[in-house]
Amino acid sequence: MAHVERPQHPDISNDMFDKIDEIIAVNRPRPGSIITALRECQDMAGYLPVELIDYISHGMNIAPSEVFGIASFYALFSMEPKGRHTIKMCLGTACYVKGVKQIMSRIHLEYGIGDSETTEDRRFSLEAVRCLGACGLAPVMIVDKDTYGALSSDRAVEILEKYE
Amino acid sequence: MNEPRTQLMLCGGSGCHSTGTRAFREALQKELESQGLVEEVKIIETGCNGFCAVGPVMLVQPEGIFYQNLRTKHVTHLVEEHFLKGRPVPKLFYVEPASKETIPNMEEIPFFQHQVFWAMRNKSALDPEVIDEYIARDGYFGAAKAINEMSADQIIEEMKISGLRGRGGAGFPTGLKWEFASKNSSDIKYVLCNADEGDPGAFMDRSILEADPHAVLEGMIIAARAINSHQGYIYARTEYPLAIRRLGIAIQQAREYGLLGKDILGSDFDFDIDIYQGAGAFVCGEETALMRSIEGKRGMPRPRPPFPALRGLWEKPTVLNNVETFSNVSQIILNGGQWYASIGTETSKGTKVFALSGDVANIGLVEVPMGISLRTIIYDIGGGIPNKKKFKAVQLGGPSGGCVPEEYLDTPVDYEEIVKLGAIMGSGGMIIMDENTCMVDMARFFMDFIQDESCGKCTPCREGTRRLLQILENICNGKGKAEDLVALDQISDVIKASALCGLGQTAPNPVLSTLRYFMDEYHAHVYEKKCPAKRCVALLKFEIDPNLCTKCGICFRNCPSNAISWKKKEVAKIDKEKCTQCLTCYEKCKFKAIL
Repeated sequence: MAHVERPQHPDISNDMFDKIDEIIAVNRPRPGSIITALRECQDMAGYLPVELIDYISHGMNIAPSEVFGIASFYALFSMEPKGRHTIKMCLGTACYVKGVKQIMSRIHLEYGIGDSETTEDRRFSLEAVRCLGACGLAPVMIVDKDTYGALSSDRAVEILEKYE
Repeated sequence: MNEPRTQLMLCGGSGCHSTGTRAFREALQKELESQGLVEEVKIIETGCNGFCAVGPVMLVQPEGIFYQNLRTKHVTHLVEEHFLKGRPVPKLFYVEPASKETIPNMEEIPFFQHQVFWAMRNKSALDPEVIDEYIARDGYFGAAKAINEMSADQIIEEMKISGLRGRGGAGFPTGLKWEFASKNSSDIKYVLCNADEGDPGAFMDRSILEADPHAVLEGMIIAARAINSHQGYIYARTEYPLAIRRLGIAIQQAREYGLLGKDILGSDFDFDIDIYQGAGAFVCGEETALMRSIEGKRGMPRPRPPFPALRGLWEKPTVLNNVETFSNVSQIILNGGQWYASIGTETSKGTKVFALSGDVANIGLVEVPMGISLRTIIYDIGGGIPNKKKFKAVQLGGPSGGCVPEEYLDTPVDYEEIVKLGAIMGSGGMIIMDENTCMVDMARFFMDFIQDESCGKCTPCREGTRRLLQILENICNGKGKAEDLVALDQISDVIKASALCGLGQTAPNPVLSTLRYFMDEYHAHVYEKKCPAKRCVALLKFEIDPNLCTKCGICFRNCPSNAISWKKKEVAKIDKEKCTQCLTCYEKCKFKAIL
């Protein structure tokens, strides 16, 4: 790959860069694999700071503007740091009808965060997501990898309190 | 090893997973071990059973006993009574809410009675991670027949006779689509499966992928044979990790069995499938946008023609069908197109899977014959509206669809009939709304969704949906004017006529259908500044009507911010300083005393 110096970044260690280099090496020869590369790099670093997007674009030999365009187009990619725990709150129709709005306002009340915001202590990031496809359990949220259904405002807060 | 005498088909769908299938399974396995029953009683984790409302659920075979709402605390008793002593446990049976009657057998539960399982024929019947179980239920026989005994034309002819139409929403005849792609000569062609189920309120594709991934692969193999393609992709939502994992396992097993890869089933036909994960963009459910996304670009639609059958992925002829469509294919090839066309209406054949959710008693996945009425689905299968509330509307087809009111519930499920109501069949989301739902707020909700998900390529969709949202927000906030109602109509017409892709052209449907059927609610918001369903916060007073208040104190007990004061035999009072307008009291008050 084209050699670019690794940018100094507080959230990305040298080990992470080693793995990011591996991801780039695997995906570089495959046409159309930039989205896969970005996803895998984000899984590694937690988010995609602009410095990292630049680095990936050099590695993949795609113009930084194009990579930035892709990263900003898809909801999966974040250019802001995330909290230790990610709350994905389903804002699909079934969850909406069943009152997810009240739960969102309750979370705002308890933790002071709205959609796409992170608490100051980086404990939680809140993401309002489109249908999680678990409408049978509406309203639904996913905290990290655990799914919780049939929520009420009280139960949502009770659950979140378990995540430090 | 001997065949186990009893098989426990434990639902491992996403719904049951979140209500504790895993913990239950572990406890059950331990108990079976300690009772020395593991040789005789085998747990099989299946895909979604469909009856998500009462999960986790388990079907005991061969008896057909259906257990619901299972928890780890039930394990000891269940194993001892049923699997040791042979006495099924009635307290874990389904209870019919109206008659309070307990129903032990799955087929006798009203929820399952009107259903026909074709696309979901393997639900609760096999372990989706074991290919042999799929093969034991005639799996890959359709593919074998298509490859060894049929020509491409014969496959396409059979598909045309079946009358199968695209289950992703638009309803294009599948056989015809394949025919176009097969006639275009090119050395490279692609078969794509659209598993980017983005419509909020739709989860049937997810459930099929989780319950029966091989059926989708088999459908793709047959399509590939029909158009002579050698490479397929499944474009799956990244939000569906379990479906992606099971697909990955299925593909690996199919390769090991020579059902994917080179020289499939000893023929000289090659075909392989890879999974491509989406990155969270609703517009990628549109076929041309999906192809752009696989190519590693921003997922934006392009004008058609040329249609993908001529120039699709990487500019090559491409067939794209959705998950449910593919899952029907092997049965059509095996049983013949006539068989599939034997049920349904004049123009809509076979079955359709719907995801029933919202304000309905039996939430879950239902597969019904085309032509059944919406009323049968909602009341007989769905069990009607819970909490003694009144039905208001059913939303069909997600953001491209519309809301259908009570008086049209006898309409049959049929592509053309549903379009006449201002909705669309769509991918199959069916969301029931009770009297507490504000239809103006629903239109606002969908417009918020659509303008946020609009890719921005064409102006009518990018700007038009934003204007619609702005007007609807004004109306919900009590700033609506009479001319707004005219503007909503006009802007909708322009978007419909001029947007680039199918999603844009149908984007105004939620607005148009609510204007058509619920104009009185728009009028109440605009002229009286009132929200009849008490949902639009800006139009509520957050005061208690002393004449209606029965002094029961339920609002006081439920208020999360302690903003309500109440004493026995006194009318409750809301402290507006403390009130966060969360609407909890509105929901809890049974006497509509909060204004």
